[in-house]
Amino acid sequence: MPESIVTAEMQAMIGREVDGGVAEVTTTSCRFFARAVGHTDPIFYEEAAARSRGYRGIVAPPGYLGTPVDFPGASSRIAIPPPLRQLQIPYKRVLDGGTSYEYLEPVVAGDVISSRAMITRFEERLGSIGPMLITYHEASYTRQDGRLVAKMYGHVIHY
Amino acid sequence: MDPNTRQVCFEDVDVGDEIPALRKGCTTQQLVMWAGAAGDFYPIHFDQEFARSTGLEGVIVQGSLKNAFLGQLLHDWIAPGGFLRKFGCQFRGMDYPNQEMLCRGVITRKYEERGQALVDLDIWTENAAGKKTTPGTATVVLPRR
Repeated sequence: MPESIVTAEMQAMIGREVDGGVAEVTTTSCRFFARAVGHTDPIFYEEAAARSRGYRGIVAPPGYLGTPVDFPGASSRIAIPPPLRQLQIPYKRVLDGGTSYEYLEPVVAGDVISSRAMITRFEERLGSIGPMLITYHEASYTRQDGRLVAKMYGHVIHY
Repeated sequence: MDPNTRQVCFEDVDVGDEIPALRKGCTTQQLVMWAGAAGDFYPIHFDQEFARSTGLEGVIVQGSLKNAFLGQLLHDWIAPGGFLRKFGCQFRGMDYPNQEMLCRGVITRKYEERGQALVDLDIWTENAAGKKTTPGTATVVLPRR
């Protein structure tokens, strides 16, 4: 095993929450997301269908937690969660290792969701593709009325 | 299955049961739609030349899309009255567009917690060769009869 690449600065980031930004759950983005997956349930497309099934509005399909609000000139949106963007890692390649979503309540169009994200753990491994760093992270999603509605857990592999 | 006409209930299921599989095969068009819907514009998912320059055979299916397929698998099974509490997977293998993909799930645990009827599952997508490229787990709340 080569020397650890996890610096004291990186260790200090563990458990430190950072702002993950605000995301809007809109009717159009729910429909677009549902269509891209191939969903057939009308609750993801039609307001009346969603309401007749007891939802407050068009339902956000599984895995969808809103579209981040972007502003012109702001740093470009990338697939890497906010706390990971600050890491200085000597490995060049990166893979998304996996994601899981936990829902406490249904998320529907009209919700505005703020997220907080943090790194929870670093793991170094020597794999068949060479030394790698696995960074575990999680995020929590809070609706505009202050209710925690979802959590996301993921890990990213640098190698 | 029409989610408005048939409801799977807690009493209907047992550990070891397989849930109805969902057949998927993505076209490159679907990858582009997903890139837009998910807001992830990494070119290995839409630019063949770029994908090949990284050593891949061509563009690959987004892991997040395969995860969303598993979300559909679970949703279609538990709708209209169930609630998808938790689901996710690991991205273990590449999938290429225009190839058969099967989303599957097997019940691993059935229990009650704080008055809710819960079911845990192993879920995954498998390619045409039967290889599980995204193994994962899920927890759903099912209504009782």
